[in-house]
Amino acid sequence: MRVVDKTQLMSATEFDRTLQRLAHEIVEKTPQLEALVLVGIRRRGVPLARRLARHIEAILGRAVEVGSLDITLYRDDLSTVAQQPVVQASDIPSVDDRDIVLVDDVLYTGRTTRAAMNGLFDLGRPRRVRLCVMIDRGHRELPIEASFIGRVVQTSATEIIEVRMQEIDQEERVMLVDRVP
Amino acid sequence: MLERLRHLLAIEPLSAEQISFLLDQAKPFQQIQRHPLKKLATLRGKSVVLAFFEASTRTRISFGTAAARLGADTMALQAESSSLKKGESLMDTAQTLEAMKPDCIVIRHAASGAAQFVSERVGVPVINAGDGLHEHPTQALLDALTIRDRRGSLDGLAITILGDILHSRVARSNIHLLSKFGAAITLCGPAMWLPAELERLAPGVRRSFRVEEALEGAEVVMALRVQQERLNEPALPPDEYVRLYQLTEARLSGARPGALVLHPGPMIRGFEIEPAVADGAQSCVLEQVTNGLAVRMALLFLLIGGAGGPEDLAHAGD
Amino acid sequence: MLVIRKGRVIDPASKTDAAMDVLIDGERIAALGAEARAADAEIVDATGWIVAPGFIDLHCHLREPGDEASETIETGTRAAACGGFAAVCPMPNTRPVNDNASMTRAIVERAAAAGRVRVWPIGAVSAGSGGEGLAEIAGMKEAGIVAVSDDGHPVATAKLLRQAMEYCRPLGLPVIDHCEEPSLFAGAVMREGLPSTRLGLAGMPAAAESIAVSRDVQIAGLTGGRLHIAHLSSRASLELVREAKKRGWAVTCEVTPHHFTLTDEEVGYDSRYKVNPPLASPEDRDALVDGLADGSVDAIATDHAPHERAKKDVEFDRAAFGMTGFETALGLALERLYHPGRISLIRLVELFTTGPAGVLGIGRRIAPGEAADLTLFSLHHQWTFRSKHSASRSRNTPFDGRSFRGGPVMTIVGGRIVYRR
Repeated sequence: MRVVDKTQLMSATEFDRTLQRLAHEIVEKTPQLEALVLVGIRRRGVPLARRLARHIEAILGRAVEVGSLDITLYRDDLSTVAQQPVVQASDIPSVDDRDIVLVDDVLYTGRTTRAAMNGLFDLGRPRRVRLCVMIDRGHRELPIEASFIGRVVQTSATEIIEVRMQEIDQEERVMLVDRVP
Repeated sequence: MLERLRHLLAIEPLSAEQISFLLDQAKPFQQIQRHPLKKLATLRGKSVVLAFFEASTRTRISFGTAAARLGADTMALQAESSSLKKGESLMDTAQTLEAMKPDCIVIRHAASGAAQFVSERVGVPVINAGDGLHEHPTQALLDALTIRDRRGSLDGLAITILGDILHSRVARSNIHLLSKFGAAITLCGPAMWLPAELERLAPGVRRSFRVEEALEGAEVVMALRVQQERLNEPALPPDEYVRLYQLTEARLSGARPGALVLHPGPMIRGFEIEPAVADGAQSCVLEQVTNGLAVRMALLFLLIGGAGGPEDLAHAGD
Repeated sequence: MLVIRKGRVIDPASKTDAAMDVLIDGERIAALGAEARAADAEIVDATGWIVAPGFIDLHCHLREPGDEASETIETGTRAAACGGFAAVCPMPNTRPVNDNASMTRAIVERAAAAGRVRVWPIGAVSAGSGGEGLAEIAGMKEAGIVAVSDDGHPVATAKLLRQAMEYCRPLGLPVIDHCEEPSLFAGAVMREGLPSTRLGLAGMPAAAESIAVSRDVQIAGLTGGRLHIAHLSSRASLELVREAKKRGWAVTCEVTPHHFTLTDEEVGYDSRYKVNPPLASPEDRDALVDGLADGSVDAIATDHAPHERAKKDVEFDRAAFGMTGFETALGLALERLYHPGRISLIRLVELFTTGPAGVLGIGRRIAPGEAADLTLFSLHHQWTFRSKHSASRSRNTPFDGRSFRGGPVMTIVGGRIVYRR
């Protein structure tokens, strides 16, 4: 399937400013910061969570725990995955009684978040789970909401949002792209 | 991107990259064994047929548990070996299996080539859990995972395999696998079970007829079961075997210090292996069992999870 | 009346290799060459074809009675005709075994009614081929057998073989033995070697055959009887036969097309490659080709062994032994022996005609007065063998889809055209 660039939603500078703003929001709205754990959802959620953590550390002056979660085993749509599904290890320091913020690039139907919560709950019992995303593009299919949102964008079903990051894509911006038949 | 695996019939045709990929995929499943809640819903609604035509408790339970922990249903088809002789043919069996519409078939059978036979006639992924004298691929994978975890890598190891090699599918699979990683493999056992052709099975294989010589410098020692039930020739008197080939502490001390001891199970303590070795510090048998579960979960996941069309994985998203 | 015009006649018995016409009147050859003229004869234009005496297959299985699902005398002889064979010798391991005169008569009568080509049965050596006590050999001879064999099994004991050879000597019957040492063969499904080790299949060593050949040739020497070794498959066995011939013992042997073509390296878990004796090593295969060239091997015989699907489409261990062979024999002989220049054309024809005839103690020639059995074949036309179009009832052959250069184009038996391409 081919995709074609349509609109730039965020430049590199806007991206970084948004991250800073989100970091401040998380700090403001988390009463007990010692219990905070940022968990990035593979793949793009992971570098996002790390960057957020660095911003929060700059604000607080101390380290914040970061983990990563592979949701392949918790998806509900494995049969539609064409290529060989590949599972990677998850790496979360601790879950029990922690205030967890799941981090992902785009919130769409909500199924990834549901799968991530299943994964979290297999590991233990968190005190609270909230969601932080760069873009909320609507079209929810489950009762899921994000507590921390970079930007809300209206999209159609054929469009795709690409959050491109230095660590993965060697460039930094958020693009709206279209599927081409 | 590695060619997608459709069946797992044998180790011989796989590349070292494919094997490394399979071992890497087993790692998350090792992790899951340590979770308080070990059950996933990944393969919920999928069914796995366990077609075991040879007596086997351990492998069957391992596959059954692997399927269950992934949320899949299992259907067990067991044939007592006596009814095999009267025989429903494997062809009939394959057709019966297909009619059950499973998502995967795990088969163990006394005829070499049985897994391939079924895979050619049934349109469903097949995992070979042991076919005659030919291969037992999941055993070799779990052995490799055990070795890799303990030693850090599989490259260029000195391996000694001890026992009735001729009749061992575990030996064949291990020979193929470890040779692909540049191992120096020494086979040792009674001469009539150690034909010359074994040295040409894969690169890096040699035979030795004296166990002390065979163990010198070994970093990994695999002790095999002596397959009493598979011999259709006069068997060796047990005392002879014990005297010449039993893996004892004394003999093991001739190997490298800290050499790993592996056994596919079930062990007959006091026969092919001394109790002190079986339960000693160098023995990896318990890890082999756990790793067996992880490897089999990974395989079920890889073969069953995902089936569809030409969508790009990166965009199949939320 | 039938005239075969402009063919190249190759007749080993008279060492003829020349273009000449052949006139057939009724069941006999009437004239050759310039005299082969007749006003109202049907004309067959054999330009570009070889005209040879009718091929003889010394070793085949027609399965009737007892296993008609796999083959019958009718379907088997039709396949034989398509392969260029004018006469075939079916082995006695039917159900029941052909070990008595009335059984032989029944087969001969059935063949006369429904057979496409001549059927010269081989009778059992021992009652039921069970290895104890001789069968009604003289009775069967009267009924029409041309040889005896316990094929499927080796002749059970040295003593039995000796008795049989002595008994058959005045009857003028050769004893054909399937040479196999049972304790080395037990449970084996292919040749022992690297392929069998890799596949995890039980194998038998070449010695399983040559030990039995050694026993047999010594008994031939002891008794002065005629011994023919069936489906020879190894160099070791061939050397024993050469040795025996040098000593003037009446020992002959045959090789099948699959044994001079395939090796154990081609065996996977495909039961179409499962035969007895098993496909041998490349060295053995090459030694057999040498033997076919230098005269140590007397005949090519197909060992056509049809099996219905249910007997073959099973796991390798349980599959029946054997492959069909009538229709691919000549194509393989041309491909492996003639086209690469290993043997001459006249030698090729010998292997299918005077060679087998000599084993049976009969003549086979193209001459006025002889039976009008002729095999016409081409050396050049491209064709592909497809088992689904085979005249045989069974499809168990690994040569399905194989292309050949040259093959049978017409088969004439007793003056009647029984096959035309």
